[in-house]
Amino acid sequence: MSELTGLYGMWYRELKVFMREKSRIFSSLLNPLMWLVVFGTGLGSAVSIQGANYQTFIFPGILVMTVLFTCIFFGAYIVLDKRIDFLKEVLVAPISRTTMFFGKALGGTTDAFIEVMILLALGVFFGIHYSVLSVLLTLLTMFIVAISVVSIGLIIGSFMNSTEGFGLIGGFVVFPLFFLSGALFPTNNLPSWLAAFVGVNPLSYAVDLLRGLLLNLHTYNLWLDFSVLVGFAVVMVVAGTLAFRRLKP
Amino acid sequence: MSYVIEIDGLHKHFGDVKAVNGISLKVKQGEIFGLLGPNGSGKTTTLSMLATLIKPTKGTAYVDGHDILKEPSRVRAAIGFVFQEPSSDDLLTGKENLYIHSLLYGVKVADLEKRIQEAFKLVDLTDRQNSIVRTYSGGMRRRLEIARGLMHQPKILFLDEPTLGLDPQTRDHLWKYIKKLSTERGVSVIITTHYMDEADVLCDRVGIISAGRIIATDTPANLKKSLGGDIITMKIKSPNTAAIRRLKYVKKVERSGDILRLTVKDSDLHLQELLKKIGKVESVEARSPSLNDVFIKYTGRNIEDNSAEGGWSQRMIQARSRNE
Repeated sequence: MSELTGLYGMWYRELKVFMREKSRIFSSLLNPLMWLVVFGTGLGSAVSIQGANYQTFIFPGILVMTVLFTCIFFGAYIVLDKRIDFLKEVLVAPISRTTMFFGKALGGTTDAFIEVMILLALGVFFGIHYSVLSVLLTLLTMFIVAISVVSIGLIIGSFMNSTEGFGLIGGFVVFPLFFLSGALFPTNNLPSWLAAFVGVNPLSYAVDLLRGLLLNLHTYNLWLDFSVLVGFAVVMVVAGTLAFRRLKP
Repeated sequence: MSYVIEIDGLHKHFGDVKAVNGISLKVKQGEIFGLLGPNGSGKTTTLSMLATLIKPTKGTAYVDGHDILKEPSRVRAAIGFVFQEPSSDDLLTGKENLYIHSLLYGVKVADLEKRIQEAFKLVDLTDRQNSIVRTYSGGMRRRLEIARGLMHQPKILFLDEPTLGLDPQTRDHLWKYIKKLSTERGVSVIITTHYMDEADVLCDRVGIISAGRIIATDTPANLKKSLGGDIITMKIKSPNTAAIRRLKYVKKVERSGDILRLTVKDSDLHLQELLKKIGKVESVEARSPSLNDVFIKYTGRNIEDNSAEGGWSQRMIQARSRNE
């Protein structure tokens, strides 16, 4: 019971901080909107892919990108917690490290979810047609992706002691994951070297699944996509709890 | 069992550095125990081990009857910890900080609001509870963190340099709160400090710590009594030390350059005779011994010699508290 209230406490704190910094919500939405409006319109005026407008085509990929950036860099808050000694305050509380990890992970997932909801609502302007089922399945997919990626962010954060260092490593992780996910291009006709890179990137399956759900365009079997994502999430969450077990103040 | 903390041969080594080098001590239920020593003497490391934040290299301790190595979560449930550095979330309000703390410590939801209001009242922050912590002064933030440390009604409270950086008035305030906690609620308090007066005024018992070891433990009064007299400091060119040494009430004579330091029993009765025998004196000062004199007796060093790492503001504050 006390582990549950502890979990709620951890999550509540992350949510409050996120809501207090309104600028964080706006700036995190600016990046995806630039891609959709500027890049999407610009390239879209020349290209359409598999019968879809380019803007519409990249929309699922941009959703994944938003979650990716928000969740990875959420890990930097662990570094900040170390700086202000808030981490000690949490470490000395009678809650388990696992609870601590899940509280943080759910906090980051919630941040990403708020952004995803806003983007999904804006999706109608980018040519997306929703059904109740497609929205629910999209949210489920986003949840699985968010919890996996936030785990990566938290693992990096648990090892780092400076935000500068975090930014460096974070960038190193984020950009390959983004560009090799097929967020910006179709994955069904790639040269074999690139197909191999895309194939080992778990986020490719997230993009593929979302594209299947929202646009009915996909390269892989959707069940394969889903299984890969669940497997990825399990591995990352377990790794994250282990990383938190060795977290030092 | 009347001891809430029993430390048994605790060691913590960081590489070659023996931060804590075999500490053993016992703290009674309801007492305020002070760990007095210069910066870097191992005070914070000791507290961190007791609070299960770091693991000892050797030895162990029992906090509220629980082994810190075997039952860390039980230990954590029994203690409150106020850290040396600010550890509240400065983007949140004071109240939100306390609310989150209560959730982490499993305070019953039904009691929550009442406890929060009690805590604010105790530290006089009731009217600022809904302000963002960033707008608090340093002293207010400290008080908030002390209130937070008390929210879950711990049996044992650890305070790591609680008055560092506070103005004298806030400091006096805090001392009162801490005393009240121990006398009215029976909370045992372990406090680290390098301020002599803090240890002297606030603590029931003091353990003097230097280079990772406890070198003396007793009440402040007894520690000072152990010196055997008052301290007389004189500025004098050619003292007749031979004559002085023969006097029964002179316990100790130390000389460095022009400065002569005597430890004298009942100095107020004997000052006249002393001055007559010693020769021409430029200046003289007699005072009762302080805990710093005790520290000097055991280590040969001044407690504040070592605090260079404290930074500018800390040294300013130390200077101010010395001049009070």
